[in-house]
Amino acid sequence: MPRYKRQPIARHRIVDKLFFIVCLSAMIIPMLLLIILLGDVLITGIERLNLNFLTSFPSRKPQNAGILPAILGSSYLVLLTGIIALPLGISAAIYMEEYSKKNRLYYIIEITIANLASVPSIIYGMLGLTIFVRALGLERSILAGALTMSLLILPIIIITSREALHAVPRTIRDGCYALGATRWQMIWQIVLPTAFPNILTGAILAIARAIGETAPLIIVGAVSYITFLPISPFSEFTALPIQILNWISRPQPEFAVNASAAIIVLLTTMLLLNAISIFIRYRVNKQRNNW
Amino acid sequence: MRNRNNKLRREAIARKERYIERAIFGSSLLSILIAIGIFVVLLWGSLPFFSEVSLTEFFGGTKWTPLFHDKHFGIWPLVTGTLLTSAVAITMALPFSLLASIYLSELAPRKHRQLFKPIIEILAGIPTIVYGYFALLIVTPWLQQWIPDLAGFSSLSAGICMGIMIMPMLITLSEDALRAVPSELREGSYALGANKFTTVTKIVLPSAISGIGSAILLSISRALGETMIVAIAAGQKPNLTFDPRESVETMTAYIVQVSMGDTPTGTVEYRTIFAVGLTLFGLTLIMNLCSYYLKQKFQNKYASL
Repeated sequence: MPRYKRQPIARHRIVDKLFFIVCLSAMIIPMLLLIILLGDVLITGIERLNLNFLTSFPSRKPQNAGILPAILGSSYLVLLTGIIALPLGISAAIYMEEYSKKNRLYYIIEITIANLASVPSIIYGMLGLTIFVRALGLERSILAGALTMSLLILPIIIITSREALHAVPRTIRDGCYALGATRWQMIWQIVLPTAFPNILTGAILAIARAIGETAPLIIVGAVSYITFLPISPFSEFTALPIQILNWISRPQPEFAVNASAAIIVLLTTMLLLNAISIFIRYRVNKQRNNW
Repeated sequence: MRNRNNKLRREAIARKERYIERAIFGSSLLSILIAIGIFVVLLWGSLPFFSEVSLTEFFGGTKWTPLFHDKHFGIWPLVTGTLLTSAVAITMALPFSLLASIYLSELAPRKHRQLFKPIIEILAGIPTIVYGYFALLIVTPWLQQWIPDLAGFSSLSAGICMGIMIMPMLITLSEDALRAVPSELREGSYALGANKFTTVTKIVLPSAISGIGSAILLSISRALGETMIVAIAAGQKPNLTFDPRESVETMTAYIVQVSMGDTPTGTVEYRTIFAVGLTLFGLTLIMNLCSYYLKQKFQNKYASL
């Protein structure tokens, strides 16, 4: 047991005040630093950000270069990733929460998911390279990228969906059973709709992660110089982060300006997605409080 | 007749339910398949490598030059590069994150918490390529004004940006740990006449220590596996050094370097990425498992309260 010295109350208060200030500044200083950094990017990139930049192809001349293929590639990639990963992740979450007995297999799956969620993304890239690009012969296609990305975000979707399902009150389930519903009827008609906003929040965050991931795409072989629009899931592609990386690594400062303009586009997308998810959660919480 | 129809219908429903259960059971097994897949792919890729390069050379050598004419396959320069950048990141992130999480969990008025939490969440979503840009094009020039002999690529500036990157995650996880400490302990401390500072440092922090440890381990694992920041800003020079001003190459940066280069597949140079990937995976797996174990221990501690 620690021993406490008697201290005058006034000193107690001063110590507490100081402690509060120190902790608050520890919160605010890194945030300010980050805001300065983001502001720097914004100031550098904003002049380059115009319609021409958004609708042009990459070019050797920095002032002509644009991010059209990157935007389309990223959108296509994310769309496919969502189509593949969301049903798989949500149904795995349903099994874990609603069906599985808490036996050994359950705990093995749980540990596996927790660990997969923190496996470095570059390792998923190597998995995708060996299985999708080589073994299944998908080459450097959007589909190979999307499959790799799906594996990467699957654990996140499972974890957040499970939390969402878990938050559905016991009483609602009991009510369904009391009315004679089967288990799946209860899940499909009552539990899933109730948990839907929270599942959606998690899904949006996972999708945002997929938009920003760079390393797995490099390994799977996204290319940075593309002069056509990707139309089929089997075509070669580039993505926004890959384009940014390409511009950062060039020596001419004009390309760095392009990179910061592209970063503004990337961050705006993320911010929008995050805002949507926070808004949904806020609405849900408000609703829940009225129950 | 009506009874029979009902019975048939019930059976049809029951059959459908069984199919559904089996299908979604399959999707929950997928995660195990992925984990096995990662193991198999990394092992399968690196076995041919280890038939040509001995384990003692790989884990004992101090020179890493697989892409040069004079080839050496000692992984230590990559390991120290990885550890160095991660160490800089954690040193940078830990004090700030710990104090910030104390602020959020113990001190902040409800309104401030509601303001800061979403901001932190948004900051956690900033893609790492953006931090790479910060590190190379903003932080390095800044630092060079103060530290003249800082290299153009350095583990210091990569590590600092990585520290900023892991901060939101570390804050969120440690705050969760602090909030999991039952309020009875705090109230007991206040009842004995302790102030906030004493309560936090002598009661809450020690009670949450295994939860915070779990958070730190997870952040280290994240830093070890972080790729884009170090690939952009830490350099591509395998360098056995502990001087953060120098240029180093991490394991992840090496994998990126080979993937973006024109190394022909099937050669021993190319297979190095699987051996390096396996080492990296092993390191992060140890961290993750320890973190998971600590978290379970922490959760069980207060489960009965």
